[in-house]
Amino acid sequence: MSAWVRKNAWVLGLLVILVLLMGLTKAIQPSFGAGGIESLARAALPFAFATAGMAIVIIVGGIDLSVASMMAVCAVTAAVLMERMGGVPALLIALGVGIAMGAINGALIVLTRVPDIVVTLAMLFVWEGTALLILETPGGATADWLREGIRGFAFGLPKAFLVTVVLIALVWLPIRRSKLGLSIYATGSDELAAFRSGVATGRTRILAYALCGLFCAMGGLSLAALTGIGEPVPGPYLLASVAAAVLGGVVLGGGKGGLLGPIVAVFILRIIRTILTLMAVDPNVTTIVEGTIMVGVVIFGALVTTRGRRTA
Amino acid sequence: MTDATDTRPVPALTRFGRWLADNPMVPLIVFLFLLIAALEVMRPGIVMPVRTGRDGFISTFWVSNLVKFAIPLAMLAACQVLTMLTAGIDLSVGIVATVAAFVCATMTSTIGPVPACLVAISCGLVVGIVNGLGVAFARVHPLIMTLGTGLIATGCLQVYQRLVISVGVEIPAFLEWLGIGQTWGMPNALFVFVPFAAFILWLMRFTGFGRILFALGSNENAAKLSGVRSWQVFLALYALSGVIAALTGLLYLGMIRQPSLSLANPLLLPSVAAAVIGGTSIFGGRGSFAGAIVGALILRVLNTMLTLLQMPEGARIVLFGLIILAVTALYVRITGSR
Repeated sequence: MSAWVRKNAWVLGLLVILVLLMGLTKAIQPSFGAGGIESLARAALPFAFATAGMAIVIIVGGIDLSVASMMAVCAVTAAVLMERMGGVPALLIALGVGIAMGAINGALIVLTRVPDIVVTLAMLFVWEGTALLILETPGGATADWLREGIRGFAFGLPKAFLVTVVLIALVWLPIRRSKLGLSIYATGSDELAAFRSGVATGRTRILAYALCGLFCAMGGLSLAALTGIGEPVPGPYLLASVAAAVLGGVVLGGGKGGLLGPIVAVFILRIIRTILTLMAVDPNVTTIVEGTIMVGVVIFGALVTTRGRRTA
Repeated sequence: MTDATDTRPVPALTRFGRWLADNPMVPLIVFLFLLIAALEVMRPGIVMPVRTGRDGFISTFWVSNLVKFAIPLAMLAACQVLTMLTAGIDLSVGIVATVAAFVCATMTSTIGPVPACLVAISCGLVVGIVNGLGVAFARVHPLIMTLGTGLIATGCLQVYQRLVISVGVEIPAFLEWLGIGQTWGMPNALFVFVPFAAFILWLMRFTGFGRILFALGSNENAAKLSGVRSWQVFLALYALSGVIAALTGLLYLGMIRQPSLSLANPLLLPSVAAAVIGGTSIFGGRGSFAGAIVGALILRVLNTMLTLLQMPEGARIVLFGLIILAVTALYVRITGSR
């Protein structure tokens, strides 16, 4: 028991912070209840998926700067296709597009041997342009069932929350238990050691980026579901996802962390925004506060990493 | 006496790579002139209006327009070249330039043109120092750090805009003179740019600071063991980058004469592209500002071509991204270094 607590101390600490922040919200706004939690879960949906994808590529030892652009591409693809065909095929195509984009990112990194950060920076613009080519201005439509799928409650919990947890668990848990999961962590901790132990590190990295693409597609679909249209301009998901992943215990540099911590961190960052809104802070000031918190978190994470390296 | 040197033949591609690394300017200038020739073929008379007889053998109108819009790009590329020398990057330059332009335009009517410009430049200095602190002390990757400060600066700009919404916009006369005025058929912005370029070239080649930048980028540990205090260098470097970006914003304001909340933001990616095309390695230790200037000119010519082809905005962004990727990949492949 105590070993389990020690192993998951970071995530447990985050959960305590989340509960405290929820209590604070309740104290500020006594009417904050089920409805408030439901809209919070809905707003957190795209952030949660972007963070899940980002966490996986950070664990494998990389970083993907193109998450927001890939989400935009998937959102416009889904919105354009849903105007013309059934919802389910359009949904599957959007997911496929996401996986393909992620795999292209990974393959370019492995084949060109250019660092992740440079390749994904270039691809950020490629995907952003692609989104603009698919849809010049916001438009398209989203299937009704997709919009309803994240609204309201099921089994006493917000549907958006269930969607987040179930989808991420459905994709990540089997992979985490399989050989691929082990390879991802091995590649992230020490690529050379992993390679010499017989891990196909190149293939592992491509698959990790493809997984990130899949989660970005889910994020893009949830964006389309939230707004009802496709928006070709990337949202503020890059820095938010890096900050949430770092806050959630994923170490920049790879090999450490899971997906539960980052998801809890997403809800913490979102609820801070809710609290600022409830305190009637100017929304533009909220942007500054949020940006400062995110930069602070990343700086803190970097400091912890360097300190750890020094003592190790 | 036996010859002790290694006389094995070097593969042609490697030799070519070394030659390119030694003389990055030659292929760049050749490429620039090839592009201009292609442009002339696509639209006869745009570069050499001999038959239409507009002005001279080479159209001064076209050249001055090309130079005018390449100047802000080349100045922002200087930020990227300097930070890339230490294996960094500055992604906050676009928003810093925008902030500087907006602050200057809204403050001129209340506190006068010169104080307004000074306030604008100090805004750039503040963002640069924050970047430098994060990179120097917390060791955050410069890309993440500058992206973050860019986000915060965007928020600050929005708040500031709501505060000054009633204040009229006024652009200092000398900025307008620099931005749209011409002397002997060439844009007046050259009066700023030529000394600026000379300063950057001098800084990189003949000063201790420049040598330390190259040293830090080539091998940070070796530089530190040789006594370089890296935090001072990073702090000075990012502060300088912020100031250059703010200066660019002021110059650009004079050219566009219409401050907006996203004035110079579209210049960010092309500035990275110009530096990379100009032979600056994004991994540090290698780069030249002269190359970046040619890179900026190449991008401008390319832009003209894409506009003539009536390519949509999206395709242009895709192409820029692919160019950066291709040039970097080519560099890694040819020189075999990361």
